[in-house]
Amino acid sequence: MSETHSALAHHFDTIEQQREAATLGMWVFLVTEIMFFGGMFTAYVAYRAAYPGAFAAGSRHLDIALGAINTAVLIASSLTMALAVYGSQVGNRKMLVWFLIATILLGLVFLGIKTVEYHDKFEHHLVPGHSFSFPGSKPMNAQLFFSLYFAMTGMHALHMIIGIGLLTVLVVQASRGRFSPEYHSPVEMTGLYWHFVDIVWIFLFPLLYLIDRHTH
Amino acid sequence: MFSSFPLFPEAASKVARQVDHLYFFLIAVTVFFSLLIGCLVIFFAIKYRRRSEVELPEPITGSIKLETLWTAVPLVLVMVMFVWGASVYFTISRPPDDAMQIYVVGKQWMWKLQHPGGQREINELHLALNRAVKLTMASEDVIHSFYVPAFRVKADVVPGRYTSTWFKPDKVGTYHLFCAEYCGTKHSGMIGQVIVMEPAQYQIWLSGGSSEGPLSARGEKLFQSLACNTCHRADGKGRGPVLAGIFGKPVSLQTGQKVIVDEAYIRESILNPTAKVVEGYQPVMPTFQGLISEEGLMQIIAYIQSLGLPGATINAQPGDSQPVTSERQGPRK
Amino acid sequence: MSTRTAPIVPVETREHYLNVDYGVKSWLLTTDHKRIAILYLASITLFFFVGGFFAVLIRLELLTPQGDLFQAETYNKLFTMHGVMMIFFFLIPSVPAVLGNFLVPMMIGARDLAFPRINLLSWYVYMIGATLTFAAVVAGGVDTGWTFYTPYSSTYSNGNVILAGVGIFITGFSSILTGLNFIVTIHKMRAPGLTWFRLPLFIWAHYATSIIMILGTPVIAITLVLLVLERGFHIGIFDPALGGDPVLFQHLFWFYSHPAVYIMILPGMGVISELISCFSRKYVFGYHFVAFSSLAIAVISFLVWGHHMFVSSQSVYAGMIFSILSFLVAVPSAIKVFNWTATLYKGSISYQAPMLYAFGFIGLFTIGGLTGMFLAAIGLDVHVHDTYFIVAHFHYIMVGGAVMAYLGGIHFWWPKMTGRMYPEGWARFSALVVFIGFHLTFFPQFILGYLGMPRRYHAYPEEFQVLNVMSSAGASILGVGYLIPMIYLIWSLKYGPIASANPWGATGLEWQTPSPPPTVNFTETPIVTEEPYHYSIREIKVV
Repeated sequence: MSETHSALAHHFDTIEQQREAATLGMWVFLVTEIMFFGGMFTAYVAYRAAYPGAFAAGSRHLDIALGAINTAVLIASSLTMALAVYGSQVGNRKMLVWFLIATILLGLVFLGIKTVEYHDKFEHHLVPGHSFSFPGSKPMNAQLFFSLYFAMTGMHALHMIIGIGLLTVLVVQASRGRFSPEYHSPVEMTGLYWHFVDIVWIFLFPLLYLIDRHTH
Repeated sequence: MFSSFPLFPEAASKVARQVDHLYFFLIAVTVFFSLLIGCLVIFFAIKYRRRSEVELPEPITGSIKLETLWTAVPLVLVMVMFVWGASVYFTISRPPDDAMQIYVVGKQWMWKLQHPGGQREINELHLALNRAVKLTMASEDVIHSFYVPAFRVKADVVPGRYTSTWFKPDKVGTYHLFCAEYCGTKHSGMIGQVIVMEPAQYQIWLSGGSSEGPLSARGEKLFQSLACNTCHRADGKGRGPVLAGIFGKPVSLQTGQKVIVDEAYIRESILNPTAKVVEGYQPVMPTFQGLISEEGLMQIIAYIQSLGLPGATINAQPGDSQPVTSERQGPRK
Repeated sequence: MSTRTAPIVPVETREHYLNVDYGVKSWLLTTDHKRIAILYLASITLFFFVGGFFAVLIRLELLTPQGDLFQAETYNKLFTMHGVMMIFFFLIPSVPAVLGNFLVPMMIGARDLAFPRINLLSWYVYMIGATLTFAAVVAGGVDTGWTFYTPYSSTYSNGNVILAGVGIFITGFSSILTGLNFIVTIHKMRAPGLTWFRLPLFIWAHYATSIIMILGTPVIAITLVLLVLERGFHIGIFDPALGGDPVLFQHLFWFYSHPAVYIMILPGMGVISELISCFSRKYVFGYHFVAFSSLAIAVISFLVWGHHMFVSSQSVYAGMIFSILSFLVAVPSAIKVFNWTATLYKGSISYQAPMLYAFGFIGLFTIGGLTGMFLAAIGLDVHVHDTYFIVAHFHYIMVGGAVMAYLGGIHFWWPKMTGRMYPEGWARFSALVVFIGFHLTFFPQFILGYLGMPRRYHAYPEEFQVLNVMSSAGASILGVGYLIPMIYLIWSLKYGPIASANPWGATGLEWQTPSPPPTVNFTETPIVTEEPYHYSIREIKVV
């Protein structure tokens, strides 16, 4: 199409070029995020291999029910996100806005449950630092588990908070009619980001909560 | 023995000379290619200097033959260098069986060395000519690195584990000892001397040695004062395994794994006793973390080593990464 | 001779990216990639001289064997801050953030990078990080070495490790955003007809660099996060007393920091390809091989980090693997050097300052790269690791290589960026001064290193003094060599001869625009029909 779309930036020739650039840019950014989380995963895997007993004991102190609920919540939020993107693709503003809000709400539920879990750790003296105490002969190694637990889930939660912020901006923009079937890149890109944050949790949950729960 | 303006370090061991030969080869390759490129660039720059603004140079785009040549030749050369370097490195990493064990503790900012005969040195290491020596080293604080340029060897000294290196001096003299891993304020003050003496001289030095007796005797004292002997009884009726003759042998753990009883395993068992419990025994040994210094650990190891058949020395190196090795408390790489 | 000026053009009334708006806001809120490049130019020059200042103090101290100029702790802070400033705040951004930002869109016929606002963000992120790190200097300094090895940095050091760590962490995102921008731009915004193998090698080099930037930088980011957590909360990850592994830090650190050195050299190599081809008026010999070599270097660079840890208590077998891979990564660099040399063959060679810098680069990079062989040879590295041999090696590559390429590029594209020519005589003179000063400074350090002088030493045995004095004398000459261009380049902004669109008679789309270019670069999108470096196809006139 030869008409210039109002959202077409001056340095792009066509809206398609702009969308392709945005998509590639977001994928490249997600690759950097993989490397970022990858560093922590590497440290976790290395120490898990070194201290299997202590890490298994640490795992058992995590609430598997809450973790599982959170997993379901996040997967649901990815569904609502995908539906929001679909809404933007077909130009259904109501669908877009409501599913964005649903995604935000589910994200907040996730963060709420995480807060409950963190509070619980605090109560049970499982936060690394001066007040940390862990039964058994190797509290140090268990502390390492919890340090990595907080670092990894904390970093993940930070990414979720940023995601919720982005979604809020989208809700505002969407309700003002900024998006259309021709132009909805920001929704798609945020969708990609949100799915990525979801996938990180899909790795975190088994690694932190599930492995070796039943071994001694 | 330090000339006023040296350009090349003394070589005080066979390994040092091997390293030097490799060095000279690499220098030759470097000089050759630097001169080749340098001369070609200068030659072309002069020969093909622009003589007129309108001259049109030849439309040359490339040559597969040349590309192949200057890919293959460097590849072959670097493989030669790799193999040569690797072989020197194998020599550096494998101490001979008859190497004398010396224990080194690095701490900010000094080197503490213990000879098997009990002599202790600070920032100095006296050695006998032509006697191979293996250093087992630990750090009390940060990472240091034990470096003797004259032997062309260094090894990092890492807290929480044992590292080792070895050399066999074949030239009498006094050589620099440097710490080669930045370790804080007085890093450049953490230096000393390695003094290689004729065997006769060395004996004289040794006899002026410690009144406390050999390292293993000090270890025995510690063993008793810390009440290790109440569980590790020689008659086998104690709660802990018998230690006589155990050094250098494999044992089975509760988990079914086998480990070699080397310096690192003993150290770990004292500091973190429930990590690798021998099969058939209960995990009841208390930890001695904080109750015993790195030097004390080395003395006990020397004692345990002495409790076996004469000449029982260990061949396994800290740094080997087979699954049975237990020398690290930290994760494997 | 060299002072032949371009035809005099009447006083500029044409609008271009510099004079379109003189307001401060128009600079601080610009999204024009060319202005952002100039912002970076100013910042990195500042940090180059800060880092250089620390180097001056270091070399002054090392004139005498005793540690008599500074306290030991001060000296330790000097070399730490010299390394940190030079690596993170000068070398890593230098060619990509200044020349890359300015030229990547122009070379591919685009009006800007793919994400201009992210480009501006990258500069602000850089400045915030640099300010925090500089604050760490002012607040008393950091004394861990730029490598921040644990447990010294996490437990024992008294310096401002957290502040510096946070500063570098933030600056890393500048690198990531720049790399991201370049990758998307090169993929999606090439002018019609500009296929991959018609791209200038400068673009290939920046593409390869960007791959490293986006894959490697996040790892140093998380490493610094973990270090800060360790130092602040004693989580135990690197502290053996708490069950942690200090060598794990080294693995994580070097996983980025080795590829980082290729971030520092690859863009420079891209510059050299442009300089050699322009000043020999020839197609770069083996263009495809040079292009693929850049990619090969980027990929293999991620596989060799353990060569910094041969004596760290790594296993013998791991050492072997890293050694052989480290040798392999040298081969593509060798291929490039041969190809550049072959480009000169039967060319039409002129000796302007950029070409002199290019010649210097080839000589110094060859030596520096070959000394890398000494380090990859694991049996030999044991002796020279952590000595001045290493210091000499990396300065040959980073100063003799990257900085010379950067200066060559700055001179080459100066007329395009500023619309002014620099004074050729002074430029050639300072290129020579830099070359001589450089050798005098760093060649003695190879000898010192093999003699066994460890690095990061505040005081040293007397017999090392003569070589140290030589090195410090050389450094003073080198310093002069860097100061002179500062002066005449600034001078040229007002008094330099006005430059034409293509004063060098070079190929490349950037030379098809006026000097300085208009904000949109091209009023009409160019259509590319020719191979790059098409010097021999038709006569390229100096316009």
